[in-house]
Amino acid sequence: MRRLLIAIALPFLACTPASADLLFVTNEKDNTVTVLDSKTLETVKTIPTGRRPRGLAITPDGTEVLVCVGDDDRVDVIDTEKLEVVRSMGTGPDPELLDIDNAGEKVYVANEDDGYVTVLELKTGKVLAEIEVGVEPEGMGVAPDDKTVAATSEATSMAHIIDTSTYEVLANILVDTRPRVSIYTHDGKQLWVSAEIGGTVAIINPDTYKIEHKLTFEIPGVRPELIQPMGIVFSKDGKQAFVAIGRANRVAVIDTATLKTTNYILTGQRPWHMALSPDGTKLYTANGLTNDMTVIDVATLKPEKSVPVGRLPWGIVIKPQ
Amino acid sequence: MRPPLMSLRCAAMLFTALVATVAVAQDKPKRVTPDKPPELTTKIVYLTKDYQEPPPLSLVDKEVDDKGVQGARIAVDENNRTGRLIGQHFELLEALLPPDGDPVAKAKELIGQGHGLILADLEAKDLLAVADLPEAKQAVLFDVRTSDDILRQEQCRSNVFHIPPNWAMRADALAQYLLWKRWRRWVLIVGKSEADQGYAAAIRRAANRFGAKIVEERPYTFEAGQRRTDTGHQQIQTQMPMLTQGVPDYDVIVVADESDVFGDYLLFRSHEPRPVVGTHGLVAVAWHRAFEEYAGTQMQNRFERIAGRIMLERDYTAWLAVRIIGEAVLRTNKNTPEDVRAYILSEKFEVAGFKGQGMNFRHWDLQLRQPILLAGPRALVSISPQEGFLHPKFLTDTLGFDQPETKCRLAADAAQGSK
Repeated sequence: MRRLLIAIALPFLACTPASADLLFVTNEKDNTVTVLDSKTLETVKTIPTGRRPRGLAITPDGTEVLVCVGDDDRVDVIDTEKLEVVRSMGTGPDPELLDIDNAGEKVYVANEDDGYVTVLELKTGKVLAEIEVGVEPEGMGVAPDDKTVAATSEATSMAHIIDTSTYEVLANILVDTRPRVSIYTHDGKQLWVSAEIGGTVAIINPDTYKIEHKLTFEIPGVRPELIQPMGIVFSKDGKQAFVAIGRANRVAVIDTATLKTTNYILTGQRPWHMALSPDGTKLYTANGLTNDMTVIDVATLKPEKSVPVGRLPWGIVIKPQ
Repeated sequence: MRPPLMSLRCAAMLFTALVATVAVAQDKPKRVTPDKPPELTTKIVYLTKDYQEPPPLSLVDKEVDDKGVQGARIAVDENNRTGRLIGQHFELLEALLPPDGDPVAKAKELIGQGHGLILADLEAKDLLAVADLPEAKQAVLFDVRTSDDILRQEQCRSNVFHIPPNWAMRADALAQYLLWKRWRRWVLIVGKSEADQGYAAAIRRAANRFGAKIVEERPYTFEAGQRRTDTGHQQIQTQMPMLTQGVPDYDVIVVADESDVFGDYLLFRSHEPRPVVGTHGLVAVAWHRAFEEYAGTQMQNRFERIAGRIMLERDYTAWLAVRIIGEAVLRTNKNTPEDVRAYILSEKFEVAGFKGQGMNFRHWDLQLRQPILLAGPRALVSISPQEGFLHPKFLTDTLGFDQPETKCRLAADAAQGSK
C-alpha cells in the first residue's frame, strides 16, 4: 500500500493537478476490476480477471497493476494504458495479497491456502523463492529501503519479517488474533500490523522486533466484537494513519505522533482496503458489504461520496494520470 | 509382450522427462523453511468409539468413518506450522475404539500415562463417566460431539469444555430468525428418540422465550423409512400430508428428528405449503459446506484438499478444540492441563474460528460462545444472533443458557470471574 504513495507521488509532481487519476478496484465476487476516473467517479472500464481477485498493487512506474486471482493460482497483470490483462504469473496456490518493491524488481505474494510467501521477478514472472511462514499468510509490506518485507499469518497470529536478499525469516512476532495488514511507516521506523479479531493494531520496532505500542479502538455505540481493524494507509505527510475498522463501518484516524485516535469516519459497510490519492487529499475505501467505495476528504475527514463498484470490493490502487 | 518399438519410445520419453526434471531442478526456486527444533511438545488425545450411528437419511450425504478426528488432524498440523516457528510441537494420540471398546478404561489408561488434554468424541453417558473418573479431575476434556442441554445444565462438569452448540443454542438461533421473519406460529413434529425429545424441549423453551406460539405438537409415529429403498417415495408422499393435516393455521413446521430418520421427508410434502426448520430444512449448525464468509472458504478448501471430503460439523468442533489448545500453548508456552485451563478461562483468551469474532467460554457452564449458522440444504440463509436481540455483555449470550438461568453448579475453581 505504501508503495502506492511513493509510486504515485513522484510522477504526479510533473503532472497538472487538473488531470484525473485512475482508480482500480478488485471485485472479489465478480471476477473483475473496476476502473474509475477520480474526477468524475464514473466507471471507465470493467476489466475481467481470473477468479477471486483480491490483493492488488501498482508498479513503481505506474505501467502495470498486479492482481492476485486466488482461485486461479496466479497474478493477472493489467496494462494501465490498454486497461486489460496482458499477462499472468503463476504464484502457487491461492495468492491473496501482494506487494512490489520500490526498485520495481520483485513481487512478494502471500499464498493463503498453502502457508508460504512466493517471491517473483516482476519482469519475467519467474519464481525466485518460496518462503514458508505460518498458516494463512495474508499481509505483505515491503520496507521503504527494500531490505525487508513484512508478512502476516492470519491463523498463526504472527508477523514475519523476511530478509529480501537471503529470504531468511528474521523474526516471527506474535501479535493479536488474525493479523491482516502489515505496513511500514514512510520512514521505515515502524511496522504497523492490524489484527482483525484481536481488534488491535500492533506497532512494531523493525530493528528490535518488539511491539512498542498497541492501538485499541472504542467507538460509542459499537459492540467490541465489531471492531475489526483491517486496511492501513498513512497520510502523505505521515502525520496521520487511517485504519479501516471493517464491521464497524468506519475508518479510524490516528495521530501518528501521539498514537491517539482522533476521529472515526463513517463509510459503507465493511471497509476493507484503502488507497490515498496521489496528492494526498482524498482517501478511498473498498466497502465489501455495500458494493461501493467511499470517498473521504482528508482535510475535513468527511465522507463525501459513495460510488458503486462491483460485488464484494476488496482493494484499491491508484494510477496517477 | 510389448513390441520393442514401444519400449524404445518409452525409454526416450523417460529420458526426456528426466532431462526436463533435471532442468527444472536446477532452476528451482529457493525454498526457505524456518524450522526451529521443538522445545515443548504437547500431546493431545482424540478419544472416540465407533458408535452405531444410523446412515444419513439423504443419499447426498456421504457416510464417513473419520468424522471429527480428521478435523483434529488438520488442526494439529496447523498448530505445528505455527509451533515450528517458535520451537513447539503438537502430536495427536488417536484412541479410536471399536464398537465394543471401553472409552472409560482407555481414558483411565491415557490419563494415567500423563495425557490430560483430551478431545472427547463421546456420547453423553460415556463423556460423563470419563469426566467423573478420579484420574480425570486434573484433565481437561473438550466435548466435540454432544448437543445435550443437560450436559450444560444439571449434569455439567468442571473438567468438560463444550465446543458444539447445545440444543437450546440451536433452537434460540432458529427462533431469533423466525421472529425476525415474523413467522411466529409453529407446528412441532417430534421423533421418538431421546435426542428428539431433547431438541423438542429446546424448541418449546425458545418459543416461550421469544414469544412464538406452538399451535400444535405432533409425534412422528410411523415406522421410520430406510435410507435405501426402491419404493419409498409413494408411501412417504401420503404419510407426510397425513402427519401435517388438520392443524390450526401456522407459519412453519419445526421438526425435531435428531436421529435423522424422517426429517427430510417433510420438505415439499406437508399438507400446507410451509417451510421446514429444525433438525432438517433450515438447520442451526456450527459449520456447513455452504458457508464461505470470514475466510471460511480457506478452511473449506484446506480441509477438502487434505481429507478428500467436505468438512462436517464434528470436524469443525474437533478442529476448533485443537486450535484452542494450540492458542493456549502458543500464547503461554506452557502445556499442562492446568495451564491450558487457566489460560482459556482468562480474560485474554479468544479463539478465531471463521465466525468473524473472537470466541471464548461461558464461565458458568464452560460452553463455547459462538455465532450459529442457519443453513438451508444448499445455501447459507443467515447467522444468529439476529439484529435487535441484545445482551449487555455478549450478543452470543442471547443463544442458549445465560448466566441467570443456568442450572450448572461448577466447583468454585471453575467459576472464577463472571465472564
